[in-house]
Amino acid sequence: MSTRPTPRVRLPATAKAGELIEIKSLISHEMESGQRRDANGQPIPRKIINSFRATFNGKEVFRSAWHPAISANPYQAFFVKATESGEFEFTWTDDDGSTYASKNKITVA
Amino acid sequence: MATDRQELTRRDSLGLGAAAFAASVLAPHLAMAKPSDVEAELAKLFGSTKMADGRIKLDLPAIAENGLVVPLTIDVESAMTETDHVKAVHVFADGNPQPGVISFFFSPDAGKASASTRIRLAQTQNIIAVAQMSDGRLFAARQEVKVTIGGCGG
Repeated sequence: MSTRPTPRVRLPATAKAGELIEIKSLISHEMESGQRRDANGQPIPRKIINSFRATFNGKEVFRSAWHPAISANPYQAFFVKATESGEFEFTWTDDDGSTYASKNKITVA
Repeated sequence: MATDRQELTRRDSLGLGAAAFAASVLAPHLAMAKPSDVEAELAKLFGSTKMADGRIKLDLPAIAENGLVVPLTIDVESAMTETDHVKAVHVFADGNPQPGVISFFFSPDAGKASASTRIRLAQTQNIIAVAQMSDGRLFAARQEVKVTIGGCGG
């Protein structure tokens, strides 16, 4: 992909203590499966984002490992119980070692 | 009108199914995972641990018109406490080039063992999800998805 993958994350800016919040994330990426062939019949090498990790105030809350069966522009939604104000950090790791990150703050009242 | 459309879809999917079968016979280099590959993968991950039914819910369309983007949600009943929670959910497909699809890893902080994503399905096949609890118990669910247009690329 010529452009750098852009992560987008949606989560509430504020929550009540103990509230269950849903976090939805999307990142632009081709997720080249390694199964396709180019016009000359040569296999196109695999290049996917193979892992996603979410931490809250430095502690891991959710993680997933992706295989080539994940669609292009991968979507990942999950839940977290809001306990205190702080910052989420989301990290996507590419097959080539690059990482893409997004940070989102939440205020818990 | 409605009946006509239904018949057309069924005929289309039959035709596509036949084409996919022919392709799989004629083009062995496009090898797909077999149900036995999923069994082997499960054996590798969990050994001989017994899998129970229930507790895990798979939310998938019965018919996916586009195999490139199939919405998938998993939901596991659990209190999600420090001592009793869902550690991971592994998802497999028995008709894709590779059996692995995605693995979700939860912490008790998640509050709810539920996650959604979008997956590629090369053809009509079974999706198998296995939930791994913190005490080592396993729960499995399986659902067939009929795919009208495969998402195998190429």
